[in-house]
Amino acid sequence: MTTNTATIERSDSSAMGLAIAMLAGVFLLMASGIAQATVLHDAAHDQRHAMAFPCH
Amino acid sequence: MTKNLLTSAVLAGVAAGLIAALLQLTFVIPHLMEGELYETGERIHFATDGSTQSDRIQPSIGTDFARHGMTLAFNMITYTGYGLILLALMVFANSKGHVITPRNGLIWGIAGFIAVQLAPGIGQPPVLPGAIGSEVGPRQAWWAMTIIVTAIALALIAFGKGWTALLSVPLLLAPHLIGAPYLDTYFGVAPPELSARFAALSFGTALAGWSSLGFLCAWFWTKADAA
Repeated sequence: MTTNTATIERSDSSAMGLAIAMLAGVFLLMASGIAQATVLHDAAHDQRHAMAFPCH
Repeated sequence: MTKNLLTSAVLAGVAAGLIAALLQLTFVIPHLMEGELYETGERIHFATDGSTQSDRIQPSIGTDFARHGMTLAFNMITYTGYGLILLALMVFANSKGHVITPRNGLIWGIAGFIAVQLAPGIGQPPVLPGAIGSEVGPRQAWWAMTIIVTAIALALIAFGKGWTALLSVPLLLAPHLIGAPYLDTYFGVAPPELSARFAALSFGTALAGWSSLGFLCAWFWTKADAA
Protein backbone atom coordinates (compact mmCIF):
# COMPACT_ATOMS: atom_id res chain seq x y z
CA MET A 1 0.00 0.00 0.00
CA THR A 2 2.72 2.38 1.06
CA THR A 3 4.75 1.46 -2.01
CA ASN A 4 1.79 2.15 -4.31
CA THR A 5 1.24 5.58 -2.82
CA ALA A 6 4.91 6.46 -3.19
CA THR A 7 4.91 5.36 -6.84
CA ILE A 8 1.83 7.41 -7.65
CA GLU A 9 3.26 10.50 -5.99
CA ARG A 10 6.49 10.16 -7.91
CA SER A 11 4.77 9.79 -11.27
CA ASP A 12 2.57 12.81 -10.44
CA SER A 13 5.57 14.98 -9.74
CA SER A 14 7.27 13.77 -12.97
CA ALA A 15 4.18 14.72 -14.97
CA MET A 16 4.23 18.09 -13.23
CA GLY A 17 7.93 18.54 -14.09
CA LEU A 18 7.29 17.75 -17.76
CA ALA A 19 4.37 20.17 -17.83
CA ILE A 20 6.46 22.93 -16.23
CA ALA A 21 9.28 22.41 -18.75
CA MET A 22 6.88 22.42 -21.74
CA LEU A 23 5.08 25.56 -20.52
CA ALA A 24 8.35 27.37 -19.84
CA GLY A 25 9.49 26.40 -23.36
CA VAL A 26 6.31 27.71 -24.98
CA PHE A 27 6.57 30.93 -22.94
CA LEU A 28 10.16 31.56 -24.12
CA LEU A 29 9.18 30.87 -27.74
CA MET A 30 6.27 33.29 -27.54
CA ALA A 31 8.75 35.96 -26.41
CA SER A 32 11.51 35.17 -28.92
CA GLY A 33 9.37 34.28 -31.93
CA ILE A 34 5.81 35.53 -31.78
CA ALA A 35 5.31 38.53 -29.45
CA GLN A 36 4.47 41.70 -31.40
CA ALA A 37 5.69 44.33 -28.87
CA THR A 38 7.90 46.67 -30.91
CA VAL A 39 10.92 46.45 -28.61
CA LEU A 40 10.89 42.64 -28.66
CA HIS A 41 10.13 42.51 -32.36
CA ASP A 42 13.01 44.79 -33.33
CA ALA A 43 15.54 43.14 -31.04
CA ALA A 44 14.57 39.65 -32.20
CA HIS A 45 14.18 40.70 -35.85
CA ASP A 46 17.20 39.01 -37.48
CA GLN A 47 16.82 35.85 -35.44
CA ARG A 48 13.10 35.61 -36.28
CA HIS A 49 13.88 35.82 -39.99
CA ALA A 50 16.72 33.30 -39.72
CA MET A 51 14.52 30.85 -37.77
CA ALA A 52 11.49 31.44 -40.03
CA PHE A 53 9.02 32.42 -37.32
CA PRO A 54 5.79 33.67 -38.90
CA CYS A 55 5.89 36.92 -36.91
CA HIS A 56 4.70 39.61 -39.32
CA MET B 1 13.97 15.14 -11.98
CA THR B 2 12.43 18.53 -12.68
CA LYS B 3 15.61 20.32 -11.63
CA ASN B 4 17.79 18.12 -13.88
CA LEU B 5 15.34 18.57 -16.73
CA LEU B 6 15.29 22.36 -16.47
CA THR B 7 19.05 22.79 -15.96
CA SER B 8 19.99 20.38 -18.76
CA ALA B 9 17.57 22.03 -21.20
CA VAL B 10 18.79 25.54 -20.35
CA LEU B 11 22.49 24.60 -20.66
CA ALA B 12 21.83 22.79 -23.95
CA GLY B 13 19.66 25.65 -25.24
CA VAL B 14 22.25 28.32 -24.46
CA ALA B 15 25.06 26.28 -26.06
CA ALA B 16 23.00 25.35 -29.15
CA GLY B 17 21.83 28.98 -29.44
CA LEU B 18 25.46 30.11 -29.42
CA ILE B 19 26.38 27.61 -32.15
CA ALA B 20 23.33 28.57 -34.22
CA ALA B 21 23.99 32.30 -33.81
CA LEU B 22 27.64 31.99 -34.88
CA LEU B 23 26.57 30.03 -37.96
CA GLN B 24 23.83 32.55 -38.73
CA LEU B 25 26.22 35.49 -38.40
CA THR B 26 28.62 33.73 -40.76
CA PHE B 27 26.16 32.49 -43.38
CA VAL B 28 22.64 33.87 -43.00
CA ILE B 29 22.91 37.44 -41.69
CA PRO B 30 25.08 38.75 -44.58
CA HIS B 31 22.34 37.62 -46.99
CA LEU B 32 19.68 39.10 -44.71
CA MET B 33 21.51 42.43 -44.74
CA GLU B 34 21.86 42.30 -48.51
CA GLY B 35 18.10 41.68 -48.66
CA GLU B 36 17.52 44.75 -46.50
CA LEU B 37 19.10 46.93 -49.17
CA TYR B 38 16.20 45.90 -51.43
CA GLU B 39 13.67 46.27 -48.61
CA THR B 40 14.71 49.87 -48.04
CA GLY B 41 15.01 50.68 -51.73
CA GLU B 42 18.74 51.38 -51.53
CA ARG B 43 19.00 48.78 -54.26
CA ILE B 44 16.25 48.01 -56.72
CA HIS B 45 15.85 44.80 -58.62
CA PHE B 46 14.12 45.40 -61.98
CA ALA B 47 15.57 48.89 -62.09
CA THR B 48 13.95 51.62 -64.19
CA ASP B 49 15.77 50.55 -67.34
CA GLY B 50 13.80 47.30 -67.18
CA SER B 51 16.89 45.17 -66.68
CA THR B 52 16.41 42.09 -64.51
CA GLN B 53 20.05 42.12 -63.48
CA SER B 54 21.40 43.37 -60.18
CA ASP B 55 24.97 43.33 -58.95
CA ARG B 56 25.67 40.76 -56.28
CA ILE B 57 27.55 42.81 -53.70
CA GLN B 58 27.20 41.49 -50.20
CA PRO B 59 27.54 44.01 -47.38
CA SER B 60 29.74 43.06 -44.45
CA ILE B 61 27.85 42.41 -41.23
CA GLY B 62 29.60 45.49 -39.88
CA THR B 63 30.23 46.48 -36.31
CA ASP B 64 26.70 46.86 -35.02
CA PHE B 65 27.44 44.71 -31.99
CA ALA B 66 24.18 45.64 -30.24
CA ARG B 67 22.18 44.29 -33.17
CA HIS B 68 24.20 41.09 -33.54
CA GLY B 69 24.29 40.66 -29.75
CA MET B 70 20.49 40.59 -29.81
CA THR B 71 20.60 37.92 -32.51
CA LEU B 72 22.87 35.88 -30.23
CA ALA B 73 20.67 36.47 -27.15
CA PHE B 74 17.42 35.63 -28.92
CA ASN B 75 18.91 32.49 -30.45
CA MET B 76 19.76 31.37 -26.93
CA ILE B 77 16.18 32.10 -25.81
CA THR B 78 14.67 30.32 -28.82
CA TYR B 79 16.88 27.24 -28.51
CA THR B 80 16.27 27.12 -24.74
CA GLY B 81 12.53 27.21 -25.43
CA TYR B 82 12.78 24.40 -27.97
CA GLY B 83 15.22 22.55 -25.69
CA LEU B 84 12.78 22.56 -22.76
CA ILE B 85 10.05 21.05 -24.94
CA LEU B 86 12.40 18.59 -26.68
CA LEU B 87 13.98 17.31 -23.46
CA ALA B 88 10.57 17.04 -21.75
CA LEU B 89 9.45 14.79 -24.62
CA MET B 90 12.70 12.77 -24.41
CA VAL B 91 12.26 12.30 -20.66
CA PHE B 92 8.65 11.25 -21.22
CA ALA B 93 9.79 8.66 -23.78
CA ASN B 94 12.46 7.60 -21.30
CA SER B 95 9.74 6.91 -18.71
CA LYS B 96 8.21 4.53 -21.30
CA GLY B 97 11.52 2.65 -21.55
CA HIS B 98 13.33 4.49 -24.39
CA VAL B 99 16.89 5.14 -23.23
CA ILE B 100 18.39 8.62 -23.64
CA THR B 101 21.94 8.71 -25.03
CA PRO B 102 23.75 11.65 -26.70
CA ARG B 103 23.75 9.63 -29.93
CA ASN B 104 20.00 9.15 -30.04
CA GLY B 105 19.64 12.72 -28.76
CA LEU B 106 21.11 13.68 -32.12
CA ILE B 107 18.24 11.82 -33.83
CA TRP B 108 15.73 13.64 -31.57
CA GLY B 109 17.32 16.94 -32.61
CA ILE B 110 17.11 16.09 -36.32
CA ALA B 111 13.46 15.06 -35.81
CA GLY B 112 12.89 18.43 -34.11
CA PHE B 113 14.40 20.16 -37.14
CA ILE B 114 12.07 18.24 -39.46
CA ALA B 115 8.97 19.05 -37.38
CA VAL B 116 9.73 22.67 -36.48
CA GLN B 117 11.78 24.02 -39.40
CA LEU B 118 11.55 21.79 -42.48
CA ALA B 119 7.85 20.82 -42.52
CA PRO B 120 6.44 24.33 -41.93
CA GLY B 121 9.24 25.74 -44.12
CA ILE B 122 8.02 23.69 -47.09
CA GLY B 123 4.80 25.74 -47.06
CA GLN B 124 6.22 28.95 -45.66
CA PRO B 125 9.92 29.19 -46.54
CA PRO B 126 12.17 31.51 -44.50
CA VAL B 127 11.80 34.98 -46.03
CA LEU B 128 14.06 38.02 -46.34
CA PRO B 129 13.06 41.25 -44.63
CA GLY B 130 10.74 43.18 -46.92
CA ALA B 131 9.09 40.08 -48.39
CA ILE B 132 5.36 40.63 -48.58
CA GLY B 133 3.23 37.87 -47.06
CA SER B 134 -0.43 37.19 -46.36
CA GLU B 135 -2.15 38.05 -43.05
CA VAL B 136 -0.07 36.80 -40.12
CA GLY B 137 -2.82 35.11 -38.03
CA PRO B 138 -3.67 32.30 -40.48
CA ARG B 139 0.04 31.79 -41.24
CA GLN B 140 0.81 31.33 -37.55
CA ALA B 141 -2.11 28.90 -37.20
CA TRP B 142 -0.90 26.84 -40.19
CA TRP B 143 2.67 26.94 -38.84
CA ALA B 144 1.67 25.72 -35.35
CA MET B 145 -0.65 23.04 -36.75
CA THR B 146 2.04 21.76 -39.14
CA ILE B 147 4.59 21.47 -36.32
CA ILE B 148 2.21 19.54 -34.04
CA VAL B 149 0.91 17.20 -36.75
CA THR B 150 4.43 16.50 -38.08
CA ALA B 151 5.73 15.84 -34.56
CA ILE B 152 2.92 13.33 -33.96
CA ALA B 153 3.71 11.66 -37.30
CA LEU B 154 7.42 11.36 -36.41
CA ALA B 155 6.50 9.92 -32.99
CA LEU B 156 4.37 7.30 -34.75
CA ILE B 157 7.30 6.38 -37.00
CA ALA B 158 9.68 6.17 -34.04
CA PHE B 159 7.45 4.47 -31.47
CA GLY B 160 4.29 3.23 -33.27
CA LYS B 161 3.59 -0.47 -32.98
CA GLY B 162 3.00 -2.45 -36.19
CA TRP B 163 0.93 -0.72 -38.81
CA THR B 164 0.25 2.42 -36.75
CA ALA B 165 3.49 3.88 -38.13
CA LEU B 166 1.77 4.08 -41.52
CA LEU B 167 -0.69 6.63 -40.08
CA SER B 168 2.24 9.04 -40.22
CA VAL B 169 1.89 9.26 -44.02
CA PRO B 170 -1.50 11.05 -44.11
CA LEU B 171 -0.45 13.14 -41.11
CA LEU B 172 2.76 14.28 -42.84
CA LEU B 173 0.82 15.09 -46.02
CA ALA B 174 -2.24 16.79 -44.50
CA PRO B 175 -0.84 20.29 -43.80
CA HIS B 176 0.60 20.47 -47.33
CA LEU B 177 -2.62 19.23 -48.96
CA ILE B 178 -4.52 21.89 -46.99
CA GLY B 179 -1.76 24.29 -48.05
CA ALA B 180 -0.16 27.27 -46.32
CA PRO B 181 -1.89 30.64 -46.74
CA TYR B 182 -0.41 32.62 -49.66
CA LEU B 183 -1.04 35.79 -51.66
CA ASP B 184 -2.32 35.91 -55.24
CA THR B 185 0.51 38.24 -56.23
CA TYR B 186 4.27 37.86 -56.50
CA PHE B 187 6.06 40.97 -55.33
CA GLY B 188 9.65 39.86 -55.86
CA VAL B 189 11.21 42.72 -53.91
CA ALA B 190 14.61 41.00 -53.72
CA PRO B 191 16.29 38.95 -56.48
CA PRO B 192 15.00 35.35 -56.46
CA GLU B 193 18.53 33.91 -56.20
CA LEU B 194 19.13 35.90 -53.02
CA SER B 195 15.82 34.78 -51.47
CA ALA B 196 16.48 31.14 -52.35
CA ARG B 197 19.96 31.25 -50.94
CA PHE B 198 18.74 32.90 -47.75
CA ALA B 199 16.09 30.20 -47.30
CA ALA B 200 18.55 27.36 -47.93
CA LEU B 201 21.14 28.81 -45.56
CA SER B 202 18.48 29.28 -42.87
CA PHE B 203 17.59 25.59 -43.16
CA GLY B 204 21.24 24.58 -43.02
CA THR B 205 22.03 26.56 -39.90
CA ALA B 206 18.79 25.44 -38.23
CA LEU B 207 19.73 21.81 -38.92
CA ALA B 208 23.10 22.38 -37.25
CA GLY B 209 21.41 24.19 -34.34
CA TRP B 210 18.78 21.50 -33.82
CA SER B 211 21.26 18.61 -34.10
CA SER B 212 23.43 20.31 -31.49
CA LEU B 213 20.38 20.92 -29.32
CA GLY B 214 19.28 17.27 -29.34
CA PHE B 215 22.79 16.00 -28.72
CA LEU B 216 23.47 18.48 -25.90
CA CYS B 217 20.07 17.98 -24.20
CA ALA B 218 20.80 14.26 -24.00
CA TRP B 219 24.43 14.84 -22.99
CA PHE B 220 23.63 17.22 -20.10
CA TRP B 221 20.66 15.06 -19.04
CA THR B 222 22.72 11.85 -18.86
CA LYS B 223 25.45 13.70 -16.87
CA ALA B 224 22.92 15.22 -14.45
CA ASP B 225 21.00 11.97 -14.12
CA ALA B 226 24.17 10.00 -13.31
CA ALA B 227 25.27 12.54 -10.68
